Amino acid sequence: MMRNMRGAALVALGSTVALLVSGCVGSGSGPDGGDSNENAEAQEFTWWHNSNGGDGEEYYAQVAADFEAETGATVNIEAMEHQDMLTKLQAAFQSGDDEQIPDVYMSRGGGELAAEVEAGLVRDLTEDSADTISTISNFTDQYTVDDKVYALPYSIGLVGFWYNKEIFEDAGITEVSPSPTIEEFNGYVEKLKDSGATPLSVGAGDKWPAAHYWYYGVVRECPYETVEAAIDSADYSDPCFIKAGEHVEDILAQEPFNRGFLTTPAQTGPTSASGLLATGKVGMELAGHWEPTTTSDLTADGKVPDFLGWFAFPTFEGQGGDPVDQMGGGDAWSVSSAAPDVAVEFANYLLTDEVQQGFAERDMGLPTNPEATGSLSNETLAQLIPVRDGGGVTQLYLDTRLGQSVGGAMNDEIALMFAGEAGPQDVVDAIQAAAEAEQ
Amino acid sequence: MTSTAARVGRDKVSRDGGSPAGAARDRANRDRLRSAWRKRLEIAFFVTPALALFALFVIWPIITAVQLSVFRWKGFGPLTDFVGLRNYLTVLNDDVFVDAVIHNLIIVGGSIVVQLPLGLAIALLLNRKMWGQGLLRTIIFVPYVLAEVIAGVVWFQLLQPQYGVIDNLLGSVGLEAPEQGWLGDPDLALGTVLVVLTWKYLGLAVILFLAGLQSVPEELYEAAQLDGATWWQVQRRITVPLLGPTMRTWAFLSMIGSLQLFDMVWILTGGGPANSTTTMATYLINEGTQSQNFGIAGAASVILFVIALVMAVLYQQLVLSRDTRPDVVTRKKKTRKVIR
Repeated sequence: MMRNMRGAALVALGSTVALLVSGCVGSGSGPDGGDSNENAEAQEFTWWHNSNGGDGEEYYAQVAADFEAETGATVNIEAMEHQDMLTKLQAAFQSGDDEQIPDVYMSRGGGELAAEVEAGLVRDLTEDSADTISTISNFTDQYTVDDKVYALPYSIGLVGFWYNKEIFEDAGITEVSPSPTIEEFNGYVEKLKDSGATPLSVGAGDKWPAAHYWYYGVVRECPYETVEAAIDSADYSDPCFIKAGEHVEDILAQEPFNRGFLTTPAQTGPTSASGLLATGKVGMELAGHWEPTTTSDLTADGKVPDFLGWFAFPTFEGQGGDPVDQMGGGDAWSVSSAAPDVAVEFANYLLTDEVQQGFAERDMGLPTNPEATGSLSNETLAQLIPVRDGGGVTQLYLDTRLGQSVGGAMNDEIALMFAGEAGPQDVVDAIQAAAEAEQ
Repeated sequence: MTSTAARVGRDKVSRDGGSPAGAARDRANRDRLRSAWRKRLEIAFFVTPALALFALFVIWPIITAVQLSVFRWKGFGPLTDFVGLRNYLTVLNDDVFVDAVIHNLIIVGGSIVVQLPLGLAIALLLNRKMWGQGLLRTIIFVPYVLAEVIAGVVWFQLLQPQYGVIDNLLGSVGLEAPEQGWLGDPDLALGTVLVVLTWKYLGLAVILFLAGLQSVPEELYEAAQLDGATWWQVQRRITVPLLGPTMRTWAFLSMIGSLQLFDMVWILTGGGPANSTTTMATYLINEGTQSQNFGIAGAASVILFVIALVMAVLYQQLVLSRDTRPDVVTRKKKTRKVIR
């Protein structure tokens, strides 16, 4: 028995050593290729994006292949689901390991980008992408930190009301203004209610869809400069922020939302806020430019519903903000600080007329390159372009603008407001407290 | 293994029979020492991988959490912004966290108060010989086997206001469901979560109690019957007291599970509406990965760890100790039977 034990121990020891050795070999570096290997490395980079499926993924694969053929570079693409990509990106940044951090990746700008810049993770593109930046300069504000541009916005969309034309018609709403006043908007809500329809869906379970109402209140009541000054000085005492909350309370007082909206998710499943709109259960929903794509994923035939229409967030009489200002945001390409130069070249390539036109033709977003804005094939989506480019400023989603710490505290408090457990002052206090804690 | 080593030593001694007694004793001692060392080496060899994993996945994260909890850290770069105990103060002064602790305690208490009598009643019923006993036992146990996330999603859909099965069923018998739904109303949400948790975990209580019931000696029942005891008297005087150790162990598992509750709440309500179902675990996820306040999340996790540890140690000392102290032999027998 003893001999057996010893034999077993030897086998175990042997296999452990073998495993360890093989593990070490596996993790070791490959054969030294000298200069040619280094050159190849300088031409090779990784690209993370969130078009993981259908036309979008195919298109991006083609774009990368074209770039490879043109430059001789090697692009390692990783297409991921949006939320997975954010989680993976965060983990990569936390590791601080250049090998883990992708060379070209999606940035949402604002406070999040500022935090990445502060940690030295992002490359300054101001000079290397000067030509591209001049083409899309209308949109680079939210991607600029200390006068330096750190990301190239390739799709900037707006948040607005997506509505069901059929339900509106059934409720006797024959004329829908593309930029209604709050009185007109309240009229829609009232008529929808009278007809027995649920006027609005909101995914307050995910908090941010509810918070969009407050952000828009801010855009309507606070001039852009006031918001930026408040963020810079961490002082939110301007009364316009309270007014924003009062507008939200007024909307809530009409009880226009779907039943159970406090736990309704934004986009997951047929009973989510987008699902209710896609399946014709509610009259309208406040959502971003992604809504046609999101609703098409939630319908039985996988197509964008024909009944979908769009109008801007209502304006208020005597409001403090510029009526043409809108709220939205988008995605930009950032290049990590350790990336090779060819990665910057690729980021610029993604913003060229040709690539942006292909992007628009497939309705993958709202292109920023003016040469591509006419190429959108979806008419409803195309409707957003003149509003976006109508001379106003597009205020970035405030949670992104303020960064996750202050933004999270703000969204939590707005969700409480939707539950009737916080007022306009509470929201401002929560933001103020979180901003001070961050100083 | 010990006996084998000792036998080898004895064999050697007997083979050395002709040598003087002192030398033989020395050799025997040496052998014993050697075999003791070998034993230790063998233990070390087989235990090391487990210890290494434990250190990597339990000890190291605890140390990291404690380290994070005294810094302000956004998730990037080195830890430089030392804030001492400020994160702990922030957490303890945060109403949401205090509510989360209260919710956890309500779930700890609620689970035990509801599942213990219910589980016991079902176990007693299922312990009687009846038709379809095996099938019923399986049905009761199925929810426990289901992955928590899957069960959560299923219940989330069932509980949907207006379009969910439950609201429709209620509607069909003329009852009105709450306006905001079972999960959307801050006054009802925690109770609803508790109901789903009971559905999910009742099976575990029942299966453990059933196993415990197998260990109650048949002779006691026979003696009671001879004495003319009724079914109720038998349960009250024999079954339940002898099931004590199993119930106490189950309650311990239930308590720890309730303190760490995350998945089900996250799927059903995400901690809402209006923070009415937040638990300590959802709080720290919300602060950590969602709001990037990793220091605050670290402090919350250390507090959660301390609360769980204190409760576990107290429970061990005050409640479970009575099961470990007296007649070890009986308990061993029971354990063996339970396993079988």
